[in-house]
Amino acid sequence: MLILTAIGALGGLTLILATMLVLAHRWLHVEEDPRIDAVEEMLPAANCGACGYPGCRPFAEALVTGKANPGRCTVSSPEDREEIADFLGVVVAQQEKVVARLACAGGTNVAPRRAAYAGIDSCRAAATVAGGGKSCFWGCLGLADCADVCDFDAIHMNANGLPVVDEDACTACNDCVEVCPKDLFELHPVSHRLWVACKSQQEGDEVLEQCEVACTACGRCAADGPGLITMHNGLPVIDYSRRHDTQVPIQRCPTGAIVWLTDSGPQKGPAAKRIVRKGALHNAPT
Amino acid sequence: MLTVHTQSFAHGVHPEELKEQTVGLPVARLPFVDRYVLPLSQHAGAPSEPVVQVGDQVQRGDVLARPGGFVSTTLHSPVTGRVRALAPRKHPNGQMVAAFEIEADPFATQQLPRREPLDWAAMELDAFVEQVQRAGLVGLGGAAFPTHVKYRLPEGRRCEHLVINGCECEPYLTCDHRLMLERPAAVIRGIEIVSRLLGADHSTIGVELNKPDAIDALRAACHGRTDITVTGLAVKYPQGAEKMLIKALFDREVPAGKLPLDLGMIVNNVQTMAGIADYFDDGKPLIERMITVAGPGIERPANLVVPIGTSVRAVLEYCGLRAETRQVVMGGPMMGQALASLDAPVLKGTSGLLAFTEAAIHHDVEYACVRCGNCLEACSNLLNPQKLARLARGGRLDELEQACVNDCMECGACTYACPSGVPIVHLIRTAKATLRRRKGSR
Repeated sequence: MLILTAIGALGGLTLILATMLVLAHRWLHVEEDPRIDAVEEMLPAANCGACGYPGCRPFAEALVTGKANPGRCTVSSPEDREEIADFLGVVVAQQEKVVARLACAGGTNVAPRRAAYAGIDSCRAAATVAGGGKSCFWGCLGLADCADVCDFDAIHMNANGLPVVDEDACTACNDCVEVCPKDLFELHPVSHRLWVACKSQQEGDEVLEQCEVACTACGRCAADGPGLITMHNGLPVIDYSRRHDTQVPIQRCPTGAIVWLTDSGPQKGPAAKRIVRKGALHNAPT
Repeated sequence: MLTVHTQSFAHGVHPEELKEQTVGLPVARLPFVDRYVLPLSQHAGAPSEPVVQVGDQVQRGDVLARPGGFVSTTLHSPVTGRVRALAPRKHPNGQMVAAFEIEADPFATQQLPRREPLDWAAMELDAFVEQVQRAGLVGLGGAAFPTHVKYRLPEGRRCEHLVINGCECEPYLTCDHRLMLERPAAVIRGIEIVSRLLGADHSTIGVELNKPDAIDALRAACHGRTDITVTGLAVKYPQGAEKMLIKALFDREVPAGKLPLDLGMIVNNVQTMAGIADYFDDGKPLIERMITVAGPGIERPANLVVPIGTSVRAVLEYCGLRAETRQVVMGGPMMGQALASLDAPVLKGTSGLLAFTEAAIHHDVEYACVRCGNCLEACSNLLNPQKLARLARGGRLDELEQACVNDCMECGACTYACPSGVPIVHLIRTAKATLRRRKGSR
């Protein structure tokens, strides 16, 4: 008898709850565009956020409602973007490829360390101990937080301890920009070839003790590129809204802090001092 | 007679005191050097605003920069000389910050211009707060928080109890101890001025029991006064943290996110009190301070009065910097910061300079956390350091905030207690910096 009561009670309860679920399913049903699922399937599922949306699903929703264009996804291949565009009946907006660029050229061959750091192996941790111990306070610490955080294997450390961005692999997801404690990364369209590879706000030639390729704020580039370049906080600032496909401003730079980026790497002007040192600079004694 | 108290706060650690190098050494004065570097930002809050020009002649004690806001303070010249530059200079925290460079006049007597004592007894509280700001006083225990800010009582708040911190719980440091021994009258005088103007009913000086002579000296100096008590406290780190000191003295807790003033208390360091007395009686603003120079890398350890702005190198070389020195720490060994350059200046908040040789530096090999709980028993803020460290390592910032990471005062007790050598505080500090960056970018 007891067992029957139990079965009856639980069975009844199950029946009531099941009925409620069925009714809820019917009345509270949300119509969702089936295309969202389909588009999400076609996206790379990297959830990197480079498109400006929190992940691939919200981006798919924006695509279906027409708020975004498939061109915003920098991770998909052009074919995938075309496929999504065809599916939605839109045209892929031609978006110029954007990549992360490093505003520092002070590798171990040109910028000595002032103190040896022996703590947690991370730039962010090192930056909390007297700025990291590099002679230049603004410079790259070289402990590869950016390379670690990159989901696309687009950043590799070179022999001088500087990160090098693989422009083909970079999706401009902004992770390296956020992680760098010295704020050395910026996202730029690949057509931006004129580049200031220094963040040192120090003015005058004393800065060369800290880094041989630092900007001394001499202002020659600003004089040679009037309107295009202005000096601000001891650094040249390039106004990319103007015509900037000119190599004139790099010609007289004495240190090579302002460079012309080519496919084979940064190119300094002819006036820049040559760096002859082969090996890494030793740690300067405290 | 010294009554033995075992009064203290919960948790904490007992690092080796290592004060014997300098505890018996009377305070000496560092001779003047050629150049002084005075960053405009050496206190918590907004940087000061320059009022003198490059090239100007300045007298010792002249104002170089005025407060850049209410939570900011005045900067004075520590020497008579000429303003050489106002340009970026090395700050002990590694940054290049705007600083005055003063070249001392080698022929000046460096005597402080005499000034009439201020008639503080007739002052309103607002005028007093303004005078303290004019004195350039900051908390001299190390945090360098502008002192006058604490004295501006919000509407309806009263400071019933003035609490004076004479714990000096950091190893090696002995300058506060020497001050209490050599100038107890100045400390008591400062307390008299501040407690009177704040309308405090009572003042209590908390001193750790490893300084019985300082307790005796202070008791002798306030003999016959019923409004000042000197209490000996069990020796424990971090007793000098204001919340811990209040817990130790009165067994009352300052809730997270609240200030001692919420309990009707204001906490000041003994050196700050002596600074108040010096300013109101002798007109001497904060242009120099006492520091302890010690550690295995120093040949002649000392307690020194050092003009603010003296380079660390000059101080260390005066005390005999050994060539084997590998690390120089500004402040105490628990909370101080390692320096990346000896060209950085001594600041208002510098309590000591410690030089360590290779043999004295622990290069801890890090092992996995064994969940022993030592850090929980060390944390006087009753946080869970191993959890914070784990979350910090994983970059789980939201969970860190929920785990009250911002209540951590980075005292270092957990790292000290950890048998696995986990750099807990460094992980927490890094995560806090990342959190601040994230807040700033939003």
